[in-house]
Amino acid sequence: MSVFDGLRFRRVSSPVHRLDPRAKFFYVCVFFVIAVLFNKLLPLILLFFVQIPFVVLAGVQREWVRSMRGASLFAAFIFLFNFVFTYFYTEYPRLPSPSLLEYSLAMTLRFLVLVESFSMFFLTTSPDHLGLALEQSRVPYEFCFAFTTAVRFVPVLAEEAQTIMDAQKARGLELERGGFMKRVRNYIPILIPLIVSAIRRSLELAEAMESRAWGASEKRTNLYVLKMKKADYALALISVLMLALAVYAWLYLPIPSITVFLPS
Amino acid sequence: MEALRGVSLTVQNGEFIAIMGQNGAGKTTLVKHFNGLLKPTKGEVLIDGVSTREMSVASLARKVGFVFQNPDHQLFCETVEEEVAYALRNFGFKERDIKRRVTWALNLLGLTQYRQTSPFMLSGGERKRVALASVLAWNPKVVILDEPTIGQDYQQKEKLRQFIVQLNAQGKTVIIVTHDVEFVAECNPRVVLMAQGKIVAEGGAKQVLTNRDLVAQASIVPPQITQIFLGLKDLELPTDVIDVYEAMRVLMDFLEASS
Repeated sequence: MSVFDGLRFRRVSSPVHRLDPRAKFFYVCVFFVIAVLFNKLLPLILLFFVQIPFVVLAGVQREWVRSMRGASLFAAFIFLFNFVFTYFYTEYPRLPSPSLLEYSLAMTLRFLVLVESFSMFFLTTSPDHLGLALEQSRVPYEFCFAFTTAVRFVPVLAEEAQTIMDAQKARGLELERGGFMKRVRNYIPILIPLIVSAIRRSLELAEAMESRAWGASEKRTNLYVLKMKKADYALALISVLMLALAVYAWLYLPIPSITVFLPS
Repeated sequence: MEALRGVSLTVQNGEFIAIMGQNGAGKTTLVKHFNGLLKPTKGEVLIDGVSTREMSVASLARKVGFVFQNPDHQLFCETVEEEVAYALRNFGFKERDIKRRVTWALNLLGLTQYRQTSPFMLSGGERKRVALASVLAWNPKVVILDEPTIGQDYQQKEKLRQFIVQLNAQGKTVIIVTHDVEFVAECNPRVVLMAQGKIVAEGGAKQVLTNRDLVAQASIVPPQITQIFLGLKDLELPTDVIDVYEAMRVLMDFLEASS
């Protein structure tokens, strides 16, 4: 669950929280594009650290560290796979070759940059604002609603999973017992009640919504309307500039590989 | 987060205890310590003299059966029979014993005709009984019931009460977590009142539930019978009455004496 901790929104107010979700999403997309653009270690290190001031500004350091820690296991896998498979399937010479190491590290860091920017986005954007942003981007209301509902039910589901786990442990279930297949099978008594109750809840939710006249009016209006402010335009501008700079660097600048700085 | 503070409680073998208090008072948190689902951050929980820290939930569960509030949190098998047998398999009972115990538990709770039915096809009350059967099947020494009366109609409640009293009479330690005052008044167990993570009072149901100030601390109200007697204080009737039959006797005596 620790990976999801990094995506759980907490209602606080900071300059980053107050930004328009559309501007923030654009910023995240730019980061995404830049991170995919480069496969050298140096620019990715830069990308990773550029975001830290935002994290501090938003005051979500603790959650951010937690999501990084949650991602570290996956990151280790990515590193390992890249290292092993690139060694076997490309012309890299020796196993501990620095360039191979750099490439694997870069791929890992790329993943971390992506997690970092997405967790940043979800940590500082309330599900309501997200839904509002979707709606104002002309996404049909049904989809917006489904999306915000899904986001909102994640913590509920996590809590329910915990209760189910407790209930089955009280009946002698030991999750960590047995070989690999047995361990996978150990999760059946948890998954079935969880799925059944999720379906049951969604049916109940549908009935409750219909009894409150969901979809009665064709044209909905919102109590809150998102409006781009100066800070939002500034963020969008910064994002555009970063993208331009990155594309320029990618096209015309030689990116030094980290091996250059190592004593040969 | 600190959910319980300075809780000290001894439960004797064969005792019948009701833990009461408002939502969030820490009732469920407290009983989750009894089978090791939660371990105390400070202090100790001893089961038969052994600290819960030194035992796994699975081995503690063999002694302390815990029936959760919502049966839907545990039912997952294709048939009621399988559901009841699940825990027995976990505890490593032999196939022959499992069959015998399942038959016994289903019979005990009047579920024999549903043996091959899917638990998901049953009504709420029946599902709750399946959950109860699935715990009683391994015959634990202590049975914990979390909110057993929620969603039950009056007749089922009455059956449940008789069943619990019977279990207790057979020497089992029974612990119920509830805020159903009327149910507790009829069962007449030892009552432990909780509020804000602390035990605010404990004693016989008669003594605790008739004390208006005490029960107010735990955000519950005295049973209706007690409220009548508290209202009739001016007639110099006793105020510590929780039982309907006792109430009738007292009132009859009073009417006879005054006429």
